[in-house]
Amino acid sequence: MGLREYIIRRLILIIPIMLGVVLLIFAVMQLIDPVLRITLFLRNPRQFQPDVINLYIHEYGLDQAVWVQFYHWFGGLLAGNFGYSGYYKEMVLPALLVRVPATFEIVLFAAPVIVLVGIWLGVESAVRKDKPFDQMTRIFSILGTSLPSFFFGIVLSAIFIAQLRWVTAGRITPTLGTQVSLLKSSGVWHTYTGLMTLDSLFNARLDIFLDALIHLVLPVLVLTFIQTAVLVRVTRSSMLEALGKTYITAARAKGLTKNEVIYKHARRNALIPVVTISGLLVGGMMTGLVITETVFLFPGIGSWAAEAATVFDVSVVIVYAMFSAVVFVLANLIVDVLYAYIDPRIRLG
Amino acid sequence: MTSNKRIGDFAKRLQPTIKEFRFMLTRLLKNPLSVAGLVLISYNVFLAVFAPFIAPNTSGILQYDPYLIPKDPALGMWMQPNPPSPGHLLGTTSMQVDLFYGCVWGTRFAFQLGLEVIVITLAIGLITGLLAGYYGGFIDELIMRFTDIILAFPGLILAMVFVAVLGKIGWETLQAAILSIILIGWPGYTRLIRGEVLRVRGEDYVEAARASGASDLRIMARHILPNSIYSVIIVASLDFGSIVLTAAALSFLGLGSPPGYSDWGRLIFDGVPYAGNGLTYWWTFVYPGIFIVLFTLGWNLMGDALRDVLDPLSRRK
Repeated sequence: MGLREYIIRRLILIIPIMLGVVLLIFAVMQLIDPVLRITLFLRNPRQFQPDVINLYIHEYGLDQAVWVQFYHWFGGLLAGNFGYSGYYKEMVLPALLVRVPATFEIVLFAAPVIVLVGIWLGVESAVRKDKPFDQMTRIFSILGTSLPSFFFGIVLSAIFIAQLRWVTAGRITPTLGTQVSLLKSSGVWHTYTGLMTLDSLFNARLDIFLDALIHLVLPVLVLTFIQTAVLVRVTRSSMLEALGKTYITAARAKGLTKNEVIYKHARRNALIPVVTISGLLVGGMMTGLVITETVFLFPGIGSWAAEAATVFDVSVVIVYAMFSAVVFVLANLIVDVLYAYIDPRIRLG
Repeated sequence: MTSNKRIGDFAKRLQPTIKEFRFMLTRLLKNPLSVAGLVLISYNVFLAVFAPFIAPNTSGILQYDPYLIPKDPALGMWMQPNPPSPGHLLGTTSMQVDLFYGCVWGTRFAFQLGLEVIVITLAIGLITGLLAGYYGGFIDELIMRFTDIILAFPGLILAMVFVAVLGKIGWETLQAAILSIILIGWPGYTRLIRGEVLRVRGEDYVEAARASGASDLRIMARHILPNSIYSVIIVASLDFGSIVLTAAALSFLGLGSPPGYSDWGRLIFDGVPYAGNGLTYWWTFVYPGIFIVLFTLGWNLMGDALRDVLDPLSRRK
């Protein structure tokens, strides 16, 4: 089986999974009484009056058979109607999409740090097994996996945001934030990417760029600390395994230098299993983002959904969950393809 | 195929012979990290078991739920936390909730919640995994595709959906949180057990049992289950830390215990407004956090050490 065929087969497998995701969400929503469920679509509280609400239940087809309801609901999803948030008073899909860039901005800065630092620490720690460097790295990784992100985040925010006042919570200092929204409304500020750091550069505002960058430090730190710890553990054990293989001994016996053996032979092979767990890392990062954004009041999708969940605003939470599932499934697809590309045995097996 | 074989080898190493167990124990006691883990776990068990004696209810007000922290009537109901003092060793948080009581009983609560969740999750995982692995075919397809769907979501995010929906229909958030952690947790065990069952199913003694006319139920209960359960139990017991962490994270988001409950995540959530004052009221969020870290650290150290001991590649070195 060629790589292209493998990718196509893997792509087709996504369809039933996504259908299953939608079905699961639909099934869970069936737990809610139609009188309450209709509130996920109506905007005007006056429509909730007992005498008219039955009319709306009928109009939205919530009194019909389950499959008819699914048909209507699924049709709505395809048309982009994911419902209305009674808490935020806005349609949920556009509201979600507006907040995606903020979350993506954290990921954009955190992901390279996690990958580079995690792999570097893992490899070096395996090479220096049981030396002080290795011991320190192991303590760091055990601490990182034991330290809850919300505790770490709240301590950092108490120290640097509230006590020292080096930076404000959120995405940008409030005074600059109002400036940006004023510039936006007067049409001077152009939104190119939605990422504060990039947009400020394109609009030639270095002060806003630096401010946005400083506001990213704490969220990125919390997210990377915990995820890096996970990656270090996996890389270290995989590298240790690779270093014990006979081809390493053979390479050394052949007269290659230690560095050549470690970085050309051992590391390359050690990274193959690391690729497989990077899907897990993406899941961990998405979970971590909910906490991190909530702690630092960062206006991304995680804090948006978490706040809505506390008031049981179901339409917000489900659109967020479905979005996360899509991203997660796609990330896993990329990981699988990458894995098949690196390791030809996968395609053949 | 290879992954099943690897899980199989792993399980073979786990055959709990006395000799092996003794070997494991001596190895564990030689490693300072695992000793630290053992000490931390024993300290947590001690706190949980003796919570009523370590942190008795001295307020004079009868509590119908011991996890609800009694409020000291002498301090009133002020929002401003009081610093640690002889009467309140770790200080008080909002509404004069005693942190020492909350943190100590929080340990007991963590164990109770962890046990409840693990027992139910494991039971669901065992049954579905057995059915899928033993019967194969359509049942296998059905169960495994269902686990695929659950695993298509990042765990905490699916849990948020369940809590929001159950809360909407009037459930208490704590009950909803526990149920949602169970609902997101079982597919992992199902996969693990299914793999084990697939390995054991083809063994000679299973064939022999079938040839002698044993029923499916008997084969599953007497032959397959006892031979496939060990690795899963080890994995489940090591999940204790992460389950408690997930529950704490939900509580921290306000999707768990009610206010004034002996739950570390909830206590930190209650401390969030005070973190806005910098370090003035540091005890409101630092102490519950330290209790969580000591708990998860114990399980992680233990897990690391066990993995090292059980892995023949690393233990011969």
